[in-house]
Amino acid sequence: MSLLEPPVGDGDRVLGPAAAPITLVEYGDFQCPYCREAEPVLEELLAEYGDGIRFVFRNFPLEDAHPQALPAAEPAELASRYDRFWEAHDLLFEYQDELSPELYARICESLGLPLREFDAAVRNGFDRDRIEADLESGPRSGVNGTPTFFVNGARVDGGIRAVPQALAFAAE
Amino acid sequence: MEATCDQGSDLTEDSAVEHVLDAGVDAPDLTLRATPDQSLSLREVRGCPVVLVFYPADWSAICSDELSIFSAALPLLRKHDAVLLGISVDSAWSHQAFAQEHGLHFDLLSDFESKGAVSRAYGGYDPAAGTSRRALFVIDRDSKIAWRELSPVALNPGADGVLEALDALPADGGAG
Repeated sequence: MSLLEPPVGDGDRVLGPAAAPITLVEYGDFQCPYCREAEPVLEELLAEYGDGIRFVFRNFPLEDAHPQALPAAEPAELASRYDRFWEAHDLLFEYQDELSPELYARICESLGLPLREFDAAVRNGFDRDRIEADLESGPRSGVNGTPTFFVNGARVDGGIRAVPQALAFAAE
Repeated sequence: MEATCDQGSDLTEDSAVEHVLDAGVDAPDLTLRATPDQSLSLREVRGCPVVLVFYPADWSAICSDELSIFSAALPLLRKHDAVLLGISVDSAWSHQAFAQEHGLHFDLLSDFESKGAVSRAYGGYDPAAGTSRRALFVIDRDSKIAWRELSPVALNPGADGVLEALDALPADGGAG
């Protein structure tokens, strides 16, 4: 069985209470259409489980297939410094068809992120530590495509369609 | 060619596992086309760990995912000096187009002539489907099979088993 490695920790992007009995982790790629398709389903599931679930997003940009996947992950990491990761995450999926440096600048601007910091990051390279940590943990955890989901540390096979059942099982 | 990943087979998954070569045996040598003009032999990379990814076919959705995952894991494989090779019965031309389309940065070998010979040698050929099964092998520096895993054709196994197997290889490459 493929298990999440490392477990969810301090550096992760977490939505929901730390003490929630169920943890759902997604390894995702901002340019992946399957990840985008999963978004409305995830939204419903998170609403359904309320405080009973915490959701974690880890990056797994398939750079070879999706040239904008890594560039798109970078402004999201910048946004996380200002506790606005999830807003950036949602905007990136909403505007997936327009992924580009122009979009990233617009997103940073609309989230009120300091443009000077964004420009500096573009020039010097974004803070990639989290992205690279995720990229290393992905294969080790048994990520087998995008999106790959883990419920309480165990990989779910079958994509987003299999997640509701996996969550129901975990909730028993 | 029309091979799909989920064609049925006379062999059950259990009996197929019995046919796959076990850890501890010598890895059969192989010489296959890596491009329309060049061949690659396993003995050329002796001294490095080798990861063989047998898969049913180019151009099917699950296979793309599996190879993309391995391609993304290349930096981790390189830390072990491991050579990554994908093998299916597709022609070298199909491999070339497929690798280019998906931006794969490792060799895909063509088990085309004679068809499936290397897959058979490793015990991973599905004669009913006419394709290789989905099998992973880690070969150590002395060309012995260190680890192997057969997966159901519909399931992408991911790279975690391979990475754990590479971690477990002795650093000096000795047979123990």
